Amino acid sequence: MFGLLLRRLAVLIPTFLGVSIIAFSFIRLLPGDPVMLLSGERVMSPERHAQISAQLGMDRPMVIQYFDYLGGVLTGDFGSSIVSKKPILDQFWALFPATVELSICAMIIAVALGIPAGVIAAMKRGSIFDQGLMGIALVGYSMPIFWWGLLLIILFSGTLQWFPVSGRISLMFYFPQVTGFMLIDSLLSGQKGAFSSAISHLALPSIVLATIPLAVIARQTRSAMLEVLSEDYVRTARAKGLSPFRVVGVHALRNAMIPVITTIGLQIGVMLAGAILTETIFSWPGIGKWMVDSVFRRDYPVIQGGLLLIAAIIMTVNLIVDLMYGLINPRIRH
Amino acid sequence: MADAITAKTPEIVTTGQMRRQMLKEFWFYFSENRGAVIGLFVFIALVVVAVLAPVIAPHSPFEQYRDAVLRPPVWAEGGSWSFLLGTDPVGRDILSRLIYGAQYSLFIGLFVTTLSLLGGILVGLIAGYYRGWIDTVIMRLMDIILAFPSLLLALVLVAILGPSLTNGMIAIALTLQPHFVRLTRAAVMEEKTKDYVTAARIAGAGPIRLMFRTILPNCTGPLIVQATLSFSNAILDAAALGFLGMGAQPPAPEWGTMLAEAREFILRAWWVVTFPGLAILITVLAINLMGDGLRDALDPKLKRS
Repeated sequence: MFGLLLRRLAVLIPTFLGVSIIAFSFIRLLPGDPVMLLSGERVMSPERHAQISAQLGMDRPMVIQYFDYLGGVLTGDFGSSIVSKKPILDQFWALFPATVELSICAMIIAVALGIPAGVIAAMKRGSIFDQGLMGIALVGYSMPIFWWGLLLIILFSGTLQWFPVSGRISLMFYFPQVTGFMLIDSLLSGQKGAFSSAISHLALPSIVLATIPLAVIARQTRSAMLEVLSEDYVRTARAKGLSPFRVVGVHALRNAMIPVITTIGLQIGVMLAGAILTETIFSWPGIGKWMVDSVFRRDYPVIQGGLLLIAAIIMTVNLIVDLMYGLINPRIRH
Repeated sequence: MADAITAKTPEIVTTGQMRRQMLKEFWFYFSENRGAVIGLFVFIALVVVAVLAPVIAPHSPFEQYRDAVLRPPVWAEGGSWSFLLGTDPVGRDILSRLIYGAQYSLFIGLFVTTLSLLGGILVGLIAGYYRGWIDTVIMRLMDIILAFPSLLLALVLVAILGPSLTNGMIAIALTLQPHFVRLTRAAVMEEKTKDYVTAARIAGAGPIRLMFRTILPNCTGPLIVQATLSFSNAILDAAALGFLGMGAQPPAPEWGTMLAEAREFILRAWWVVTFPGLAILITVLAINLMGDGLRDALDPKLKRS
């Protein structure tokens, strides 16, 4: 197990360095003067240019600048936003819980519906159930989620008025942030109705974000189940007279879950991409919307830092998935 | 003895016959999947619509009918037969814009897939054939690209290159390429050790011939399946970029861009939002249905012969 960790880290570290080189160099590939871009000023005298250039350390050789940046990143200094002047890491930590909360809710929906759907489809292979469920899954997989979100807003926020259009909680409520997770904070505040307000704000965005992972998990569960169900040990279990529930629920499902867990892990990257669109549609104050806003504001240090942080998160999650895979499937440990 | 040998001599099979036989077998497995056949027909219909757009479209996609702004579709109250699917906030006919939009989406899919497929095959062949440090460098680079969410990477690349459809397509092609590289490399590494490759090498084939003429044709199955996946992903990502304002620029009738322009009217005029998204969904769904059928037909593991 420890060997597996070391081998994965040996690949991860060069990849992270490569990611940091890309995040560092893209701002210097931009058309235009990086000094002006980084300072956010449009007109400047040559003296001011030299002064800011020295201040930002951009008058030094590129390699030194890179190691300087890398050193900053490793000690938690990602620089500051041009627009708000706040440190990037502080902004990131302030917005990250919103994205995590949304992603966890979406993942719960995706797993809670996707795995049963896949299992049922596999058990009733070829039936109306199977075709119907897999048809729906393919539609979900093909869904342009930004449009799906707008449709849900038209139906549930416009016509039926069940859910609010945007934000994380009604403006009526105000309470201090303790964990950054609105569901927990609203409970801790003890205010009446705060929790249900948070839930109703969360409902539509998490359905939208869950759509594609749900479809992928259902399809993957079905094919993994089909493979396992045709194996000898399942037939033996059936022949022994075990109840169908025990055969499928205990014997088959456990082995079928191995590839499904990998799929779930890989969906986290998909979710972060989906969060860009979902958060934009629902004005959800998370890192996806933050990145899109920064692209539009040409807030290059934020784009640079955000890119690096998001890549680091995805790589860490993938590492954890790999290790878990090793834990549940002893065959690949060596 | 001599008789036995002549009896066993196989009939001479021409390449043409073999190809026909392979096509027949392919169609047999493909047509078993009903969804795939439906997807194929929808896709052909879309191609026809895109090609014949100037003939079928009732109006110009850019002409603004100022006296018919936000006209609902024909079956809704206040709709008219001259604008079957209604008009948008500046009075353009939505149906005509959707028809011309098919040209954009199919072109985006074709261009992005071709670019990432060709690039991916070339890089993957080199990595899988030569191995060693070239392979390591290439695969690390691909890992780096895959470490970013594809849409985020495309968004940032477009922010650097400047928002336009061309830059959007290049950015999307770059994010889709690693999948082709990985597939090609894995297939090449598997094929390379087989006898027919050794035989070709001994017969004097050079590396270029070995890579492209000997090995590559035997790796095409998974690549075709991945290409259909890329086709639908490219359309989705390009529409998402258009929706975020970083893809095709107005007044282009690209479906994602149409959605972006319609966003502020969603609670007043449902049709300006519904139809462009439906067009994206139908196109992507048709291609994914075809992709499932192709996977069944081309994956030898799934063949029940």
